[in-house]
Amino acid sequence: MTWTHYIPALVKGAEITIVVALVSTVLGGILSFVVGIARVEGGPILSKLALVYIEFMRGVPLLVKFFWLYYALPLLGVSLDPMTTGITGLVLNISAYGAEVVRGGLKSVPDSQFEAARALNFSRAHVLLHIALPQAIVEMMPAFGNLAVQNLKDTALVSLISIADLTFQAQQLRNITLDSARIFTLTLIGYFIISLAIALAIRLVERWTRRGAAFPRAAHG
Amino acid sequence: MTDSLIRFSALTKRFGDLVVLDRFDFDVAPGEKVTLIGPSGSGKSTVLRILMTLEPFQDGDLTLAGIPYHQPDGRGTFRASEKHLRQIRTHVGMVFQSFNLFPHMSVLRNVVEAPVAVLGLGRTEAECRAVDLLRLVGLAEKKDHFPSQLSGGQQQRVAIARALAMRPRVLLFDEPTSALDPQLVGEVLGVIRTLAHEHDLTMLLVTHEMRFAREVSDRVCFFDKGKIVEQGPPEKLFSSPEQPRTREFLKSVLAE
Amino acid sequence: MIYGFAWDTSSPLAYALSILPILGIGLIVTLEAAISGFAIALVLGLVWCLLRRSRLKAISWTVAFVVEFIRDTPLLVQLFFLYYVLPDYGITLPAFLTGALALGLQYSAYTSEVYRGGFDAVPRGQWEAATALNLSRFKVYRDIVIPQAIPRIMPSMGNYAVSMLKETPVLSVVTVLDMLNLANMIGDRTFEYLVPLSIVGLIFPVMTTLCSAGIHALDRALPKAGFALR
Repeated sequence: MTWTHYIPALVKGAEITIVVALVSTVLGGILSFVVGIARVEGGPILSKLALVYIEFMRGVPLLVKFFWLYYALPLLGVSLDPMTTGITGLVLNISAYGAEVVRGGLKSVPDSQFEAARALNFSRAHVLLHIALPQAIVEMMPAFGNLAVQNLKDTALVSLISIADLTFQAQQLRNITLDSARIFTLTLIGYFIISLAIALAIRLVERWTRRGAAFPRAAHG
Repeated sequence: MTDSLIRFSALTKRFGDLVVLDRFDFDVAPGEKVTLIGPSGSGKSTVLRILMTLEPFQDGDLTLAGIPYHQPDGRGTFRASEKHLRQIRTHVGMVFQSFNLFPHMSVLRNVVEAPVAVLGLGRTEAECRAVDLLRLVGLAEKKDHFPSQLSGGQQQRVAIARALAMRPRVLLFDEPTSALDPQLVGEVLGVIRTLAHEHDLTMLLVTHEMRFAREVSDRVCFFDKGKIVEQGPPEKLFSSPEQPRTREFLKSVLAE
Repeated sequence: MIYGFAWDTSSPLAYALSILPILGIGLIVTLEAAISGFAIALVLGLVWCLLRRSRLKAISWTVAFVVEFIRDTPLLVQLFFLYYVLPDYGITLPAFLTGALALGLQYSAYTSEVYRGGFDAVPRGQWEAATALNLSRFKVYRDIVIPQAIPRIMPSMGNYAVSMLKETPVLSVVTVLDMLNLANMIGDRTFEYLVPLSIVGLIFPVMTTLCSAGIHALDRALPKAGFALR
């Protein structure tokens, strides 16, 4: 086989990789906000719980999460299919780091904004949703961008719980042809292209959140 | 006096070990325009911030329109529930030294946001009110601009409109022109002057602009070290102060 | 039996206690892999960083591209690449070294950024004064810049070390006998994965929390202005 023959199989794998990455990033992003807001605004009990969740989820390696969900969880009676396991593991992973990004973003909103909002008698929920978060999101975007690329790299591990992603297809091809150098080089290039696409998408989202007149480059408050 | 709108009784405020207000007594009548002057750290801004529920106080009493700030069974540093504090806040508004407009909202949105979200006004009604207020402060044509596109003086005028939109009984001004370039101070003072002369809003103003204080105040209070040293009508306080410390302060300030 | 230790599956607690020695040995391998990998990352990262400061555009751009490429592609694939491709070219390394090399390579992309930030943070005036005194470039780096840069980069480097520790389980895929691999091996034989994997799942957060605390303490102990040179 010449290396061009590898492309169809690899592309099929890349499609799975992209789907897994997208779904896990979106769901993980949502969970990040839930946990992050619980951590910042949650009151004594909820924010401690969120802290424990964050520390624990950050501390357990992703592959350990996958294997635990895939091999240990069935022994507790819950058997998930590979795709659900993979996405769950990734979502739990991102949410822990993402929650810290959300927290950092909210902390970056100047106190004076909160004072002004309080002076206008907004409820806490309103301050959070309409005053703090819109300003915080701008700060969060670069960090979320990094997490999105990191998540893409992490999706490669789902090949180890038998999801037919890009890495899995590469392994299969290698087993058949033993043409390791070409196959893995193509695989690496494939991931690189996808991560460039993600970085571009994030930059576009960043620009959208800044929306021109609302946020000049260096102003604060 | 039962007709005071605001009454401070033996109020004590501490920051850690530092006593900022020491058994402080102070009354403000409805519709009165009071200016607080004095050196930095004398407690004037703290008085405003306590009124705005931005700072708690430890001892003494404070009532606004008969509502006490501390609840009998109140908990936390404010000794009152958030619900109670919000009830108080409906009567008070504040204009800050650093304007604190919401940068991600247009001018109109800044003024409309609180009436809609807090007072429950309909969008159209709130926008009408907002446009009227922006006209009052001379910025109706900038309603779709964003804060970053406005000068400091313009931003502060929007901030005044924003505070007025909530129809407070008391409007607090915490050094409203101190952060402005000198040539922009006049436009903001102009708006405050209009408010003082044409509305029966109760106003508490902390400022270093002595000439202005003279123009708009019913009463001027000189603060030093957490207490009111002397107070009275501006003509009296500025031209013939009785206390030596007052005289010293006025001399140093008016010499600029 | 693994490593001479037999397990006792009579009760979860007995099971857990009996496999702890085995996992303990795996933990040592995990730590060794992380330390070796990090050492490689520290050296390689510095090399990348210095090359990127080269005045020859060809060198600095090529290195920048290579670093970005490594940074944006998965560790697992890079590991497979090294594991399968190197032998085809006559370089057969033990699995452990291959794993350490893969870790070092992936993290060198991060450490080179940390070095860059550290160098950039040393005020321009320092470089200029040193040059005005006619110090050689080598001396400028060694005596002026690096001692001032190290306290600044310590926290970030420490964080990456902890991150690397958490990525070592990936090495189990190429037969490195780390904690995860041993837990799986035990599970393969007893069909009871819950206890071994749960223990591993608990050891890691505890370990990383301790390491992070250690890094904080180390950071506070370092002089902020730079290492004092007599």
